[in-house]
Amino acid sequence: MSLEVLVRSRLGTFEIDAAFEAGTGVTALFGNSGSGKTSVLKMIAGLVRPQTGRIRVDGAALYDSDGGVDVPPHARRIGMVFQDARLFPHMSVSRNLTYGRWAGKRKGSADFKRITELLGIGSLLGRYPGTLSGGEKQRVAIGRALLADPALLLMDEPLASLDQERKREILPYLEEVRDETGLPIVYVSHEVDEVARLADTLVLLSDGKVLGSGDAVDVFSKLEFGPALGRHEASALLSGTVRGFAADYGLCEVSLDGEHTLYVVNDRVKTGDRLRMRIKARDVALSLKAPEGVSIRNILPGVVVSFALDDSPFVEIVLDVAGQMLRARITRQAFDELGISAGLPVFAMIKSVAIGQRMLSGRA
Amino acid sequence: MTGSEAAGIVLLSLKISATAMLFAVPVAFIVAWVLARREFFGKSLLQALVTLPLVMPPVVTGYLLLVVFGRSGSLGKAFHAIGINFAFQWTGAALAAAVMAFPLLVRPMRLSIEALDRGLEDAAATLGAGAVTRFFTITLPLVLPGVIAGAVLGFAKALGEFGATITFVSNIPGETQTLSLAIYSLLQSPSGDQAVIMLITISACLAIGSVLLSEWVGRQIAQRGRA
Repeated sequence: MSLEVLVRSRLGTFEIDAAFEAGTGVTALFGNSGSGKTSVLKMIAGLVRPQTGRIRVDGAALYDSDGGVDVPPHARRIGMVFQDARLFPHMSVSRNLTYGRWAGKRKGSADFKRITELLGIGSLLGRYPGTLSGGEKQRVAIGRALLADPALLLMDEPLASLDQERKREILPYLEEVRDETGLPIVYVSHEVDEVARLADTLVLLSDGKVLGSGDAVDVFSKLEFGPALGRHEASALLSGTVRGFAADYGLCEVSLDGEHTLYVVNDRVKTGDRLRMRIKARDVALSLKAPEGVSIRNILPGVVVSFALDDSPFVEIVLDVAGQMLRARITRQAFDELGISAGLPVFAMIKSVAIGQRMLSGRA
Repeated sequence: MTGSEAAGIVLLSLKISATAMLFAVPVAFIVAWVLARREFFGKSLLQALVTLPLVMPPVVTGYLLLVVFGRSGSLGKAFHAIGINFAFQWTGAALAAAVMAFPLLVRPMRLSIEALDRGLEDAAATLGAGAVTRFFTITLPLVLPGVIAGAVLGFAKALGEFGATITFVSNIPGETQTLSLAIYSLLQSPSGDQAVIMLITISACLAIGSVLLSEWVGRQIAQRGRA
């Protein structure tokens, strides 16, 4: 699957001028509110018409201002999950779920039973949307989109209207959908956390323009995108394979490349699972010598690749650890005292409790 | 007045009101839709035109109907050509009732169309539903309470219409003499007291009955979303 987007549109004083490509897996459109990400998503769905540009899925044009192509939304075979679920209030959950089939004339290869089991909504079928919790509504909305036989799934901040508890409830379902259905997903979000967990490809949007895009791990490691990804949230993504467990302690050993091992808190994974770990720059400390007698479990040797030094009290440093990029944020004072420069070998120290993870289920 | 005479008046009134609603409701829905959803030149003019029967003296509306739909009126001639006559016929009474009830039909319909979350129609579109399917599966069921409220209000108004009807089609027993016109005639005669009380009672019952019916229908619709 390939999605090619090049859209231009002026809405009053706000201008959208965005171009990006997306492949299989999850492509996250990331940006602050007002960055135009939802508008771009609606253009892909056909709910908003760009002034010029083109949108293609697998080479077939859905919109092309030069060729005069504008496929109406109901003929695009694009499933969309909205921030506010948008279940039809006058229909039961079951009628909502099958709407694409009985009203949309979509055959649907997706198995009704499998989807309802996947999303844990089998017991809700006879209920009406008005009686569902926010998390339940959103899961039904995801199921409804999946059952309408989409070739591409669009998600517009599906978790934004939910509280932390509900978000934690839904995220595993989203991961299941991604892995089980193999559908390409374009996911709009302004939460770094969700993006780090879900995205394979990352498109950074700001003021209607694309700041940068590419493999999520690469984009995360680039210093220039620090401000766009949120200063406080600046982080790097490391991936590794589960090698073993310190079961007594509830820790698991994740091997980065055979030699380097991280200990993370996780009891849901099995040996051999691929994990992606998000490590915030502010949770990484540096040492010139291998430290001893410290509580920190993860001490990884690495080499300084680059750093961003300015007048602020902090310095952002990118390290090469086992061939992967790790970010560290230390004070400028420490930076000067340690005499850090590009190429300097250092030890990165990461507290195990600070590592957030996601399952990659076989995909690196 | 005999019971069968009274029944004839009631039936005629119901026939006139029902016919008026049969034709006015779809037209009012289209007008409400256009006012709620479309922006165009002359929109405020259309809006004023729709409200006119509400604010104009009914006698004036009746007179204008006579001018336009009478035997020599421009539209009257056109309808005559296809076999429909309004002047001094029960069809004319239905036309007068429809015109007078029109503003009451449009308003609740327009409000419910405006209140409808258009995002639901967008969601239906992404699920493969074309414009017609969206209308019948999403839009219409959700605005139905407004349509029914409008129709009941219009029906009650049509039953009670007086001024425009008597001006346009006169007060002909058995043809254009509706409940209101019959009550008026009986009030003019010295011997009509008892019959007047009967017709007034029937009239009030019909009005109360239609309001109760509309509330019941509204509850049924609202309950579908909460079962």
